[in-house]
Amino acid sequence: MSKNKSIFQSHIFLTVVAVIVAFLVGAIFLGIMGYNPITVYTTLITGIFSRPRYIAYSVVYATPLIFVGLSVAFSFKTGVFNIGAEGQFVVGSMAACLVGIFVDAPPIIHVPLCFLAAAVAGAVWGIIVGFLKVKWGINEVLSMIMFNWIAFYLSNYIVEFPAVHSEGTAEATKNVADTARILLPAGLRDVLAPTSNYGILIALVFVVIVYLIIEKTTLGYEMKAVGYNKNAAEYAGIGVNKAILTAMAISGALAGMGGAVQLLGMGQRISLFSGQEGFGFEGISVALIGASNPIGVFFSGLFYGALKYGGSKLNLIQAPSEIVDVITGTIVFFIAISHVFKVVRRKKKEVS
Amino acid sequence: MARERSVDLDTKVIEMKDIVKKFGDFVANDHINLTVHKGEIHAILGENGAGKSTLMNVLYGLYRPTSGEIYVNGKREDIDGPSKAIQCGIGMVHQHFMLVQPFTVTENIVLGMEPMKGITLDMAKARQDVVELSQRYGMAVDPDARIEDISVGMQQRVEILKVLFRGAQTLILDEPTASLTPQEITELIHIMEKLTADGKSIILITHKLKEIKAAADYCTIIRLGKYIDTVKVSDVTEQDLASMMVGRNVTFTVEKEEKEPGEVVLEVKNLRGRDYRKVEILKGLNLNVRRGEILGIAGIDGNGQTELVEIITGLRKAEGGSIMINGENIFNAKPRTIFERGVSSIPADRQKHGLVLDFTVAENMVLQNYRSPQFQQYGFLKKDAIRKYAQDAVKKYDIRPADAADRPAGTLSGGNQQKVIVAREVNNDKDLLIAVNPTRGLDVGAIEYVHRYIVEQRNKGKAVLLVSFELDEIMSLSDRIDVIYDGKIVGSMAGKDADENTLGLMMAGGTHHE
Repeated sequence: MSKNKSIFQSHIFLTVVAVIVAFLVGAIFLGIMGYNPITVYTTLITGIFSRPRYIAYSVVYATPLIFVGLSVAFSFKTGVFNIGAEGQFVVGSMAACLVGIFVDAPPIIHVPLCFLAAAVAGAVWGIIVGFLKVKWGINEVLSMIMFNWIAFYLSNYIVEFPAVHSEGTAEATKNVADTARILLPAGLRDVLAPTSNYGILIALVFVVIVYLIIEKTTLGYEMKAVGYNKNAAEYAGIGVNKAILTAMAISGALAGMGGAVQLLGMGQRISLFSGQEGFGFEGISVALIGASNPIGVFFSGLFYGALKYGGSKLNLIQAPSEIVDVITGTIVFFIAISHVFKVVRRKKKEVS
Repeated sequence: MARERSVDLDTKVIEMKDIVKKFGDFVANDHINLTVHKGEIHAILGENGAGKSTLMNVLYGLYRPTSGEIYVNGKREDIDGPSKAIQCGIGMVHQHFMLVQPFTVTENIVLGMEPMKGITLDMAKARQDVVELSQRYGMAVDPDARIEDISVGMQQRVEILKVLFRGAQTLILDEPTASLTPQEITELIHIMEKLTADGKSIILITHKLKEIKAAADYCTIIRLGKYIDTVKVSDVTEQDLASMMVGRNVTFTVEKEEKEPGEVVLEVKNLRGRDYRKVEILKGLNLNVRRGEILGIAGIDGNGQTELVEIITGLRKAEGGSIMINGENIFNAKPRTIFERGVSSIPADRQKHGLVLDFTVAENMVLQNYRSPQFQQYGFLKKDAIRKYAQDAVKKYDIRPADAADRPAGTLSGGNQQKVIVAREVNNDKDLLIAVNPTRGLDVGAIEYVHRYIVEQRNKGKAVLLVSFELDEIMSLSDRIDVIYDGKIVGSMAGKDADENTLGLMMAGGTHHE
């Protein structure tokens, strides 16, 4: 047990180092572009922490990222690379939206129904890809990228349906019913942010559920065995295809619920996309920074969400908000490098 | 066995003095001394993980020693990399060959030292150099063949020629026989003798005692990183070497009580099947194994043994025939069904099929059994019970290190990984135990353990199907031996009557006259 702990601690240490280095690299870029890094970073940090409202916004931004991060982390643990979280997020969001518009029910039923619809839609999106993989051996990465675009255009297609389309001039769907929304009570929102919602609590619940599945259940054991060594799992009598499909379905459901939480908490409706939203890809970064550990993902999701929100403030001082992408990209880069070093060190040990 | 060889005891080619190599707190080499003379074959013997490879990596410049000195031809040298080692006339043939597969033999041998004509490569000269070199040492190779098309034994010759081409006077051969057939091993020993007759010296890293007796002049024994002794090979027996290596007495003969076999457990009739290329490889195979009996399957690799085991364990579908376990049909059933009907197996490839290397040993111990009520409840794993189960096995089967249960299986040595699999399969306690090359790559200490547990299963009244390419293993363990050739059983004999020549003849497809 103590060994596991030390690995975890060393990962936290490496992540902190990566974050510091990333800010330094960002500072160099800012310097080259003629900005004073200290002013930019001060703006960024005060933009996140100086008021309760800002912190509340950061949490709102972080919530869907935690879901997508969990989705990708789960896929990593089970040996598939869910680069399709983007598409699952989009179909999940659309499914929740349709249920949110057309179903009439009290909140206690309506909200879970929306989440269920989103989870099922995301899971189906994952299973189709999984099926192509186990049935015909089609590489899941390729089909997932294609399914991201299918989701994208499917969503835009549905937005244009007269029954779905907003009655106003906006190129978007109708708003979901108030009974489907997950906003905090108005009094609390006055103190926090107008879009503060229960999503973060739901995310916490799923952090625990994912942790339990991966670490404590026979299901997680099977999926991990297949992910780490398909041949040995098959030899031991574990149903490899079933495990892959289950893993894809769960991963897809998590991403789909990320779509629901974004819609029911913040967005309220789905606009016509002009480009991919990028939640799925941000989820990959969140999972990597969080070491594919559900608890780690929770914190890395908060971190990423805060930077995303804080970054939007940089326009106020005419600094490029893209510097946030430079920083997160650098963190991922250094974390990836630290993995390489670990592998090299292990290889060296093996040689001896 | 006694060879006339001109070892020049006055000329020390390599001297390693008090070599210490630490990795963090771990001392891989603890004051090791090694002296190699001109024209000598010097074996380095030690168990897996004893520090043999570390020592050689120090000599070849891959590791810097923590302390200690190296002398080459009496001159102190600071070997800080392989290129320096090559300058000093030291060449290394790694256990895993380092050849460029799509390149020809010639291209591989001259790689990095290509003869030039102006600014272009002179491949004609290169080819001629290679032919001359191979003729000089009696190592016939086809200079124009591509590496991917030639046998493992041939690839090894290419590696040796590569080292000689670079002017090596001292050759380090790291476990050179690990993947060779018996004939190829004999040829390799001839090659080594030719090389030493020409004044080269050879350092042979191995844990195979037979080969040391057959080839080496001197032997240095290392145990747990410590220097034990250097002995003249002709003065000691295999038994002595084994005891020095392991640090206790080792028995080669397997204790087996007389036992009358009971009813049939596994019955295979007229089995037909194809290999991965869809070529028919099992052509109506029949066999049966009874309680309290070890049936050995002797045969040259590629005659259908792999597919036979894959079909029995459910990994491959058969085309026809029948397979019964205790009278129940398991033909083309799923692996889990077959396991539940009473078949457990030690697979040939422990890292591919036997273990999930990223799982802890505890998790690996329940790879088939994790769903039994003993280890789970309502779909939740009973981690404490699993851990306890594994810790007991670690103790009982002497798996090292002592806290192995919590370590990822990939961090264990090969021998200990195999012990984990043996522990798991023997603990499963099924009516039929299938063991495929169960001691491949293990040292004598570990082999003894594995053999003991296989025999113990038989003594307990289980049936054992042993498939092995090591004829010695088949002959010492089996109660009955079936010889497989071209997808069929072509001969059968009692284990105690078996002799190598008759078996060898049948394995090669010769007919056996009763």
